[in-house]
Formats: sequence, C-alpha cells, structure tokens
Amino acid sequence: MQKDNIFQTNRRSFLKVSGILSGGLVLGFTWGSCTRPEDIIVMPKEWYDINGYLKIGENGLVTIMSPNPEIGQNVKTSMPMIIAEELDCLWKNVIVEQGALNTDVFSRQVAGGSQSLRAGWTSLRTAGATARKMLVNAAAQQWEVDPSTLKTEEGFVVKETGEKLSYGDLAMAASKGEPVKSEDVQLKDPKDFKIIGTETSNVDLENIVTGKPLFGIDTKKEGMAYASVMRPPSFGQKLVSFNDADARSVSGVKDVFQFGDKIAVIADSNWSAMKAKKALKAEWTDEGTLENTEAHDAQLLALLNTKSETPKRKDGDVDKAFAEADEILERIYEAPFLPHNCLEPMNFFAHVTDDKVDLLGPIQTPQWTRGNVAKLLNRPEEQVSVDMTRMGGGFGRRLYGDFAEEAAEISSIAKMPIQLQFTREDDMTAGTYRPASKYKFKAAIKEGKLTGYHLVGAGVNMGNSTREDNFPASAVENYLVESHELKSNITTGAWRAPITNFLAFAEQAFFDELATKIGKDPVEFRLELFERAKNNPVGKLDYDPEKSIGVIKLAAEKSNWGTKIDGVYQGFSAYYSHNTYVAEVANVVLENGNPRVTNVVCAIDCGIVVNPLGAKNQVEGGVVDGIGHAMFGDFSFKNGRANHENFGTYKMIRMSDAPAVEAHFVKNTNDPTGLGEPTLPPAGGALANAFAAAGRERLYKQPFIQQIKIVG
Amino acid sequence: MATYNIKVNGSSRDVNADPDTPILWVLRDKLDLVGTKYGCGIAQCGACTIHLDGKAVRSCSIPISAVGSMEITSIEGLSEKGDHPLQNAWKEHDVPQCGYCQAGQIMQAASLLKTNKKPTDAEIDEAMDGNLCRCGTYNRVKAAIKTAAKIN
Repeated sequence: MQKDNIFQTNRRSFLKVSGILSGGLVLGFTWGSCTRPEDIIVMPKEWYDINGYLKIGENGLVTIMSPNPEIGQNVKTSMPMIIAEELDCLWKNVIVEQGALNTDVFSRQVAGGSQSLRAGWTSLRTAGATARKMLVNAAAQQWEVDPSTLKTEEGFVVKETGEKLSYGDLAMAASKGEPVKSEDVQLKDPKDFKIIGTETSNVDLENIVTGKPLFGIDTKKEGMAYASVMRPPSFGQKLVSFNDADARSVSGVKDVFQFGDKIAVIADSNWSAMKAKKALKAEWTDEGTLENTEAHDAQLLALLNTKSETPKRKDGDVDKAFAEADEILERIYEAPFLPHNCLEPMNFFAHVTDDKVDLLGPIQTPQWTRGNVAKLLNRPEEQVSVDMTRMGGGFGRRLYGDFAEEAAEISSIAKMPIQLQFTREDDMTAGTYRPASKYKFKAAIKEGKLTGYHLVGAGVNMGNSTREDNFPASAVENYLVESHELKSNITTGAWRAPITNFLAFAEQAFFDELATKIGKDPVEFRLELFERAKNNPVGKLDYDPEKSIGVIKLAAEKSNWGTKIDGVYQGFSAYYSHNTYVAEVANVVLENGNPRVTNVVCAIDCGIVVNPLGAKNQVEGGVVDGIGHAMFGDFSFKNGRANHENFGTYKMIRMSDAPAVEAHFVKNTNDPTGLGEPTLPPAGGALANAFAAAGRERLYKQPFIQQIKIVG
Repeated sequence: MATYNIKVNGSSRDVNADPDTPILWVLRDKLDLVGTKYGCGIAQCGACTIHLDGKAVRSCSIPISAVGSMEITSIEGLSEKGDHPLQNAWKEHDVPQCGYCQAGQIMQAASLLKTNKKPTDAEIDEAMDGNLCRCGTYNRVKAAIKTAAKIN
C-alpha cells in the first residue's frame, strides 16, 4: 500500500522534495552533501524531477537521492545503485545526494537492524523502473509509437529502427508526463543486472580522502554558536547547584544555563565551550541508587537460577531429557556493558525559531527524532525538518536522538542556532550502552546425541535477552528458553547486532565444547543438527537450515577445515542474524605460547550482493569489530560512574591486533539482506574456539584479555 | 586572546585565539579546514593527525602558541588535486566505511612513507597503531599504504 502511495502521489511529493533539495543542489558541491563522479565536468543547466527519488539534467546526468542515513554501511552507494539499475543508465552519469527526511516519498529512513537494502529493495527498484517508464512514454509520444515497442539502453530510449533519444533529451517531457504506477512496471530479471553486482566505489570517497565537509561535526551555519553540556557524572545523580563564574570568564563564552539536570555552555568556538565547561563547579546529589557492576553480576547470576513463569519457547520436556541423560554439560557466559565509541562523538545542529525547528546532523532515526523533538518542544511535527549528514559511525548509538533533543532544547532556550558537540568523555560516560548480560546453557547428551537444551538469559534493561527461535530451536527434541531482565538506571540500548553480539559467542563456544564432549567434529556436529531441523523440525521453524548448511560448508571448504597444518589452530562458528547467514573460521597461531589470530575466513549468504566491493568491506569490519570487542571491550560501573572515559585507558582493537579477513559469498539470486551487523556475532566464538583448539583454556567471559595473554 | 601568524598548507594565516587553543580547533573553527577530525582530544585516536614541518603530530594536543614558524599541513593541503599516492591508493582500495578516521590515517601514513619508503608490515603496524578505525578498515588501510609504497 505504502509503495503505491509513493508513486501515485509522486507529483505532489516531488514538489515537496524538490523544495527541500533545491538548496542542497546549490550548496551541495561546496558543502559536500552531494557527490560528483570525477569524469563529469559539465553540470546541466536544468534538472527535471522525474519522481522523488531522481532528477535528470538536459545533458543526461542523473541525480539520485539516497533515502537512508549513511553510517558507514555504504547505503549511500548501494541504494542509488539499485535505482540506477532499473532506470537503466550508466553509473558514471549518476550523482548521489543524501535525501532529507521525507515520509511522503521515502519509506523507512532508518539505519538499523541491517534492514536498509532488504526493506528498500523493491521500492528502490520500483522508483528506478517507474522513472524509466516515464522516459519511455515521453519518447513514444515524441515518435508517435507504441511504448511497448521501445527499449532502453544505458541512458537512451531506443526505437526498433535503432534510432535513439537520450534521457537528457527526454527529461523535460518525462517530468511533465503522467506518473507511472508501480504495478505498471516490470522489474529486471537479475541476470540482466549491469550495475548491481559490480564493484562500485563509495560515492563519497573523493570527499573523504580530501577532507571535505561531510559529517555532522563539520556543520557551519550563519550565526551559529557551539554548545557543550555538563551532565550528571553518575547515573542516579541530579544537579543541586552550580557556580559558573570561572566558566563565564573564559573568552568566547556567550551564555551558561541550566536545563533539566544539565548545564549548557554556549560559546563562539568548540574550544571555548569545552574549556568553560571544565571550569564549571557543580554540586550533585544522589537521586536514586548508584549502581555497581559487582552488584549487577550477583543479581544476574541469581536470575540465571530463577525459573521463568513465561518461557520464551518450550518444545518437548527438558526435565525428562536431563533426568535420562548420560551426561550433562552446563556453562555460564558473561558479557560486560560496552560503549559504542563512534569515532565522531555525538553532535547535532538545531535552529529553533518561533515558526520552525531545523535539525541537521548524524542520526540513524530521523523520523523518530523529529517526533521526539516536536513533542519535547510542543510543536507540530510539520514544523520540524531533519536533514542528515554522513555519520562517523553509528553502531546503534545514533538510533537514540538524545543529542538532537538536547541541541533543540538548548537552541530554544538560547534563541540561536546551536551546534551541540559532545567531548569524547561525554560520549563515553553518557552513553546508551550495550547492556551487560549473562547466559546459562545446559545440554543433555544421551547415546552421543543432543537430547535436551536449556538456555537461560539475563540482561540489564534487555527485555528478551534471547533469540528463542534461532538455532538450535527446531533441531533438538526437548528445548527450553527462558529470559530475565534486571532493571537499571544506566541507559542501555541497541549496540551493533543487539543481543546476538554476545549471545552468538556464548552459544557457539558452548556448541564447540559440546561437540568435543560428544566426540564429534564441530562442523559435523552442527551439520547434523541443521539436517535434523531441515528434515524433521521440532516445533516452529524460523530460519532456513539449508542456508545455514550452505554457509557452514562453504566456510569449511574455503578454510580447509579439518586439514591439519602444523602450528595453526582453527575455531568454527556459525550464526544467523538480521536475515543473513554467516559461518566463520578463525585461524590462530601461538607465539611464545600465546595465541595470535592471523586470519578469519567468512562465508556469507546475504542473497544478491549489490556492491561486492562495499560488501567485502562490511564483512571485514564486522569480523574485526567482533574480535576486537571480544578481546578487549572492558566497561563497568562503580557508584553509577563509568570506569573509562576516553581511549587512554579504554582499549579498542588497533591495526596490529586485527586479523586478515576473507569473505566468500554464496552465489544466488535471492533478494538481498543486510551486512552491517551479521558478520559480527559469530566472530568471538570462532576466536575462542580456535584458542581452545590451540590448547588454551576455554573462555566464558568477555573481554578475553582479562583472562589470557593475547598477542596483538 | 592573541594573534598568531601561522603557515597552513602553504599560506600565511592570521588567527585570533587563546594561546592554549589546540591546532585542531584553530583549523576547524577558525580556518574552516574541517578535514582534520576531533576524536578524543588526548592524542589517543589519531583522527586529528596533521603534519608539523612534515612530521605527523596530533593536532588536538598541540596549542597554537607552540606552532611558531613551523609549517602546518592538513589533509586539505596534502596534495593540490587529491592525488597524493596515498589518496590514490585509498581510492583504489575503497578503504573507508564511515570515513571519519581516514584523513588522520592518510596523514599518518604520509609521514611514515616520507621517512621509510618501503616499510615492513611490522613497521606499518607500529606507525599506524595510534590511529583508531572504529569500523575496522585496518586491512584496507595497510593494503593501500603498500600500494602507495609500491610494495607487493
């Protein structure tokens, strides 16, 4: 329904879009929101809007709007590629612009859940195909022929006689033609794709490597001031009073004021604002409990031994399976909180005036943020506009627009355009952290088979800490999954591959140990279970075992699994998340008895690979991120206060620690699924299992570095 | 507040700033050269890497008052047309994901290659370990450095 609405109303929507975009077009080249291919020299005199997604110049250049926020997952390249494919133009003639929030034209303008390509696949193709049809109709009219006799080819409409009209020549007429409905176009057969499936450079590459303004932090607006905010140092504290005499004496400071339990400093430069904030003297009092990781640990462990009245999933009778088991394996796995640490600290621009609210910056959820800001300022949503910049990382942190709300509130009080800038310390201590969690796995083994499986999860503010319908659901006769939540005043939220970023490690480490205990090869053991789920599933089957089997076999083949090489130890892991299937093999060597991960072989089934160049980059990044945080990510709270506030003490993976990564994609023509998250969850398990293969102790807790010495 | 005459990317610039203002914020807020990024403010992430007299330094931790006659080069001044061998190699390998750290990575690598034309893997690691990439593009950064240095 929504899709039809988009295209049936494109004329009206289009005007709205072009209203927003006209500024972007003029400013684009200097401000950097717009990207121009290197080989295009002449810009068109006129752009003709075909539909809200694209416009064509009289010289045949095409501007395609990229609807979704760009956080490094490369959708600003891959989404326009999909539109260009169906439009049937040459990619070198395409200019990409970041679309603003526009719910009339675009659907789901969110960067989250690795869903941009999966959710956008059909609507993006349809946008290109309807535009193509409008160009064909315009040519048919000019030639006075039946449109069905015409075809398109690389930016031209071609007549049966071979006569051609370029899209540029047709753009004006097409823009005035009847809008084409989505049901009146036929999408290409994937075998005819010319742009999709080709290695395509990041459209912002030139601007990135030359340091052009692209990111939220780079925003400059007329009359703008910078804001720095002092927040309560501990979760559970509130502001009593403050003295701003020293802060106000810092040169460049314009204003200091309280809003809620926070203090804003407004200055004419970032440095003045940050310096003045440090000069503030504030008194805080405890409002609630000042929480400790130590107490969380005890509470979470207690929850793991508590029976849930409402299990998440129950197949068969686990109690009976455990009573009848020959052997039982039970293990507990523990994960700390984690900050996101986007390298670009949170920031946002807001300009609140009597009749409108302009927001601009790095945000994964522009629509949700518009709603929240409207509510906060008590304004109708129509008054609030949101433009998106490229983001210096997201990882889930920028799903939460708290910084945009702060910027809006500060601008409304200060009555001037404001660029709010977090310091790194603000970013790390006022986060929405990956919640701490613990899992207890228990397996019943009878006659060498897995007959019972019981998982209990417990997490801080986590809601359901499990993925109860994921593997090994449907593969085990007796199966029980329970979840508990520990409430906390520490803000938590989605962190790249929420829940599974740790659950997958725990599960895959447990399966490795289970395979060893049963005396089976870890790959064989998994394949047997997936075969069971495929041939005779227990209860509801919520994943495709065939695809799991496919990536497991591909990873085993590409890594030469089972072929012993002296001094190289392999660990296996496989996980399905965000609709994408992944299997990984980590190769570890010992240096002076200490393990070093040298490379990771990764097999992925994400359907059609839209841009193999970007896709491989996502795979490499996901694996490095998963391994980095499994090895080093150490974060905790004492009296409500974070134990790290900057990179001086908080260790993240660096070049010398990072393994090489090989990506192998299963080749098929299924609709694409996402890649921003799915390669992260299996990485920690592959690593820990390789350490175990190398004869090191099994690891049950992250970060690993607290338990063993790792060569980086 | 004092006035400093500094040399940035080959031009002489007059800047009014407090003596303790880091070069990072002078470039970004006073000179509109925003390619140099703020990441940590304590010289631990490398996003703010520039060259002072050709040598890589962390611009977040050097005050404007310490610059004197030293020549500042930021990413905007690394090459005239964005075609420094490292910039070309970065494009060839499609290195960035989010892109935020990359100017710092390139400036750090440019400094390395000035003094060490053919660095070993270990030397690249050592030179680049101060530059964080939260997206994990390290393998591509390393590959691009080798391409620029013509190391097979």
